[in-house]
Amino acid sequence: MISLQHFLIASVLLFAVGVAGVVGRKNLFIVFMSIELMLNAVNLSFVAFARFLNQLDGHIYVFLVMAVAAAEAAIGLAIVILLFKGKESLNVDDFSVMKQ
Amino acid sequence: MLTTILFYLLAAVMIGGGCVTITRKQPLAAALSLVVSFMALSGLYALLTAQLIAILQILVYAGAIVALIVFVIMLLNVREQDLTFHEELVPQVGVAAIALLPVVGVVVAAIGRLPAGTFPPLTGPDYGSIETVGMFLYQHYTFVFELVSVLLTVALAGVVLLAKRRI
Repeated sequence: MISLQHFLIASVLLFAVGVAGVVGRKNLFIVFMSIELMLNAVNLSFVAFARFLNQLDGHIYVFLVMAVAAAEAAIGLAIVILLFKGKESLNVDDFSVMKQ
Repeated sequence: MLTTILFYLLAAVMIGGGCVTITRKQPLAAALSLVVSFMALSGLYALLTAQLIAILQILVYAGAIVALIVFVIMLLNVREQDLTFHEELVPQVGVAAIALLPVVGVVVAAIGRLPAGTFPPLTGPDYGSIETVGMFLYQHYTFVFELVSVLLTVALAGVVLLAKRRI
């Protein structure tokens, strides 16, 4: 029988994969995608708790997280384009100063 | 029984897709395995009878956001030498994973000590449907919903401002 704990553990593992991607990788795009993975892991635990408590608030939070993620993706990718135009590199270590 | 098999299958595909994403050298391959991971996650939402969220997951994440990422990757015209900055994938990601193991272990142990979390029976046949969630959203979270529209407008204006330095 699948219980709340199963979904929470799946969520924790996906979040850990996202953190490993952010910490371990140097490619700008992979770091960006790892952040999306972490957002989705949190969404999964929201929906699991909403089903467990038989309430709908968790679904609303997921809806809001998706809206914020869409905005973040648009602005983040615009910044990635600017960074790549400035330095011709995708290595996060090359962007250690805010000034271009 | 079928639920159990489906859960383990979807969770394995989701976490496996995530692992493939963070170990790819080519960003495009990573984006495609990200789609696989998000599709499996959408299946998990469907297992939790969250119809609206399952559809939105495919539409917004696997559709819009990943499409945007793929579009930008292709727009940037990344060459091979841009990707070879001496990234040793196995040591880097491996060390990160090993460093995370204690944290994950503590959290999993804490989850294991929770009281039994069997899901209660559904309150009605339409739990999580578009109509129910939509009514709930407009009745209890109207202000937040309007704030989201402001956020999206600000994001749109911000992107234009970033992309066009001289207006």
